[in-house]
Amino acid sequence: MKRLLIRGGRLIDPSCGRDEVTDLLLVDGKVAEIGPPAVGAAADREIDATGGWVIPGAIDMHVHLREPGQEYKETIRTGAEAAAAGGFTGVACMANTVPVNDHAAVTRFILERAATAPVRVYPVGAVTRGLAGKQLVDMGEMIDAGVAAFSDDGRTVVDSALLRHAFEYAAVLGRTIICHCQDDRLFGGGVMHEGRVSASLGLPGIPAIAEEVDIDRCIRVAEYVGAPLHIAHVGTRGAVAIIAAAKARGVAVTAEVTPHHLMLDHRAVHDLYYFPEDVHAARNWPRRFNTWTKMSPPLREPEDVVALRRALAEGVIDTVATDHAPHEQNEKEVEFASAPFGVVGLETALPLVLALVREGVLTPARMVDCLSGAPARILGLAGRGSLAPGMDADVTVIDPGCRWVVEPERFRSRARNTPFAGWRVQGRAAYTVVAGEVVYAAAGAS
Amino acid sequence: MIKAVFPHKDLLGIRNLGRDEIVMILDTAESFKEVSRRPIKKVPSLRGQTVINLFYEPSTRTRTSFEIAAKRLSADAVNISASTSSVVKGETLADTVRNLQAMAPDIVVMRHACAGAAEYVAGIIAAGVVNAGDGAHEHPTQALLDLLTMRQHCGRLEGLRLAIIGDIAHSRVARSNLWACRTLGIHARVCGPPSMMPRDLADFGEVEVCSRPEDAIATADVIMMLRLQLERQGTGLFPSLEEYARRYGLNRERLARAPADAVVMHPGPMNRGVEIAGDVADGRRAVILDQVENGVAVRMAILYLLGGSRS
Ligand SMILES: [Zn+2]
Repeated sequence: MKRLLIRGGRLIDPSCGRDEVTDLLLVDGKVAEIGPPAVGAAADREIDATGGWVIPGAIDMHVHLREPGQEYKETIRTGAEAAAAGGFTGVACMANTVPVNDHAAVTRFILERAATAPVRVYPVGAVTRGLAGKQLVDMGEMIDAGVAAFSDDGRTVVDSALLRHAFEYAAVLGRTIICHCQDDRLFGGGVMHEGRVSASLGLPGIPAIAEEVDIDRCIRVAEYVGAPLHIAHVGTRGAVAIIAAAKARGVAVTAEVTPHHLMLDHRAVHDLYYFPEDVHAARNWPRRFNTWTKMSPPLREPEDVVALRRALAEGVIDTVATDHAPHEQNEKEVEFASAPFGVVGLETALPLVLALVREGVLTPARMVDCLSGAPARILGLAGRGSLAPGMDADVTVIDPGCRWVVEPERFRSRARNTPFAGWRVQGRAAYTVVAGEVVYAAAGAS
Repeated sequence: MIKAVFPHKDLLGIRNLGRDEIVMILDTAESFKEVSRRPIKKVPSLRGQTVINLFYEPSTRTRTSFEIAAKRLSADAVNISASTSSVVKGETLADTVRNLQAMAPDIVVMRHACAGAAEYVAGIIAAGVVNAGDGAHEHPTQALLDLLTMRQHCGRLEGLRLAIIGDIAHSRVARSNLWACRTLGIHARVCGPPSMMPRDLADFGEVEVCSRPEDAIATADVIMMLRLQLERQGTGLFPSLEEYARRYGLNRERLARAPADAVVMHPGPMNRGVEIAGDVADGRRAVILDQVENGVAVRMAILYLLGGSRS
């Protein structure tokens, strides 16, 4: 019997109605009991979580691990190490690798590589072969191989009839389709949000309606066939309204938002340092046209940030997912229009979400459901997302008080592309525990 | 000439220039106009300095203007165009300019299709960078020569009424001029097809958007017609060249709706019969050739001020 005791932390888990200072005993990879252990029941290892928060292991349901095919950007190993350091016990990796994860053999390869990685990896299969939007993947075979969900992330399934059939199959097979919603023609050659900043910078804009009309289309198709769907990286207040209305009429729609869309708006493209002075400990990077502010969907308007925060608090948006998109430094060190879309997020998500708790946007319990319970439910991960006895012993121990500065050069990820470089933040993962094993312990943690 | 001190390494845009800096450039340009009218059009100001014209987009007109300006200041001017440099081989912009830097130029004049490219380069190299147009972002020397021309014909800048007509959304000329309007207190009105109008001009301050060109020019002192990029045909941005010319082009009848002393400007090269009728372009209200002459003077002033600031 292998026993790990997490002692004296504030255990927060809305799935079992807990928010109290107590102990948590993990035995043989499962949650054994909550509460002080029986006298004489010695643990193999103890973690002193005094002053910390103990929550069900956080799950990032939207990352790009780049392997197979683009290992110079990231590998399953480095991505998983970044996840562990960021407090995530599991990540769902998108299918846009080279080759695309559109076949059981690719899924098996990913899971093989993930077997020795520090956190759990949930492969997301492509909806269509080669992400080409023409032919569905063999969904059943891929599920047998281990995919957790399906998505053509990076693209939308343009053909609405094919999208309909994808929903139909996935629903019967018990899997959710994750929709990256974007009307390609409205998106055009845009590189940032279309608004006052794109107008003054002369950069081609991506209108809010580029995502909104496609969210509406995907929801209506899924609703028609009665299939669940998940909307990736919601970015606009209009999208929030569409999702809220769909939920109100009973559609099985869920949604995620990224930390960067919760923290930044399009002004960052004009000035990375538009925040008050004290946010940054260092301002060493180019202020204007900084390609670390280039992602898809783009940073929107301050009003959108307000709406996204409220939607997350109220449950219109279910979860925070990073859309961790590693790129090599050289690829981002180009003119703004030529740079690839995407930023990394695994190692900065937790303090940014904790900032929302400190600001009173999220209660601690709501935060925990966003990070742990909701992604486990959306992906149908039995045994995860809860610390109820008998569940898998995936635990994140948070040190909510620790102040630190984001230094990309110290990331476990291979990539450095983050708009939060130099930020003063508060809170971090002290311990990340997967299946009862400590896979990450912060420097200075016991 | 008294050497004015220009407190910048680069000229990247009009947005971040102050009123006094703009006036300093215009006054300096004024004095260089005289040089261009001498029989021997040369002063030794930048002798021994190297100016590289790095053009990633073809533009004979602007490049030639910079080249003449550099030569009249006795600088050595070298032209590099995208087709003859290694850019075609997949070298990044950063690679290219670091290579240039190794040749120790004093000033790099740069034209590029991407907004922000000049600023990006300025952050990499020690040489002064002059933005000769970066995407739809800025074209500061064009705005400066426009201002010099306006001042020459109207006698002042503050309080002037400027109408800019055409494809505002894709125009770096419009943007640089709108920043100048904000800084100098020029009243700006813009007009163009709604599909070519930025969604939100709030960053530029008090800009009036008119849906009819007649409204834009009704009280104008200066009418600035923008070049319509003909490759935008067939993109759905406007129905046809004929429709564009009818609705937004400046012809004699439309010009008659403007005040009698309003002047007509165009950054060139013109599409005669599209945004501007031939007889208007050649008419006595047009000051288009003055703009070209002022272009050389303004570029001399910029090279002089940037070159001078480092020697
Ligand atoms: Zn996506």
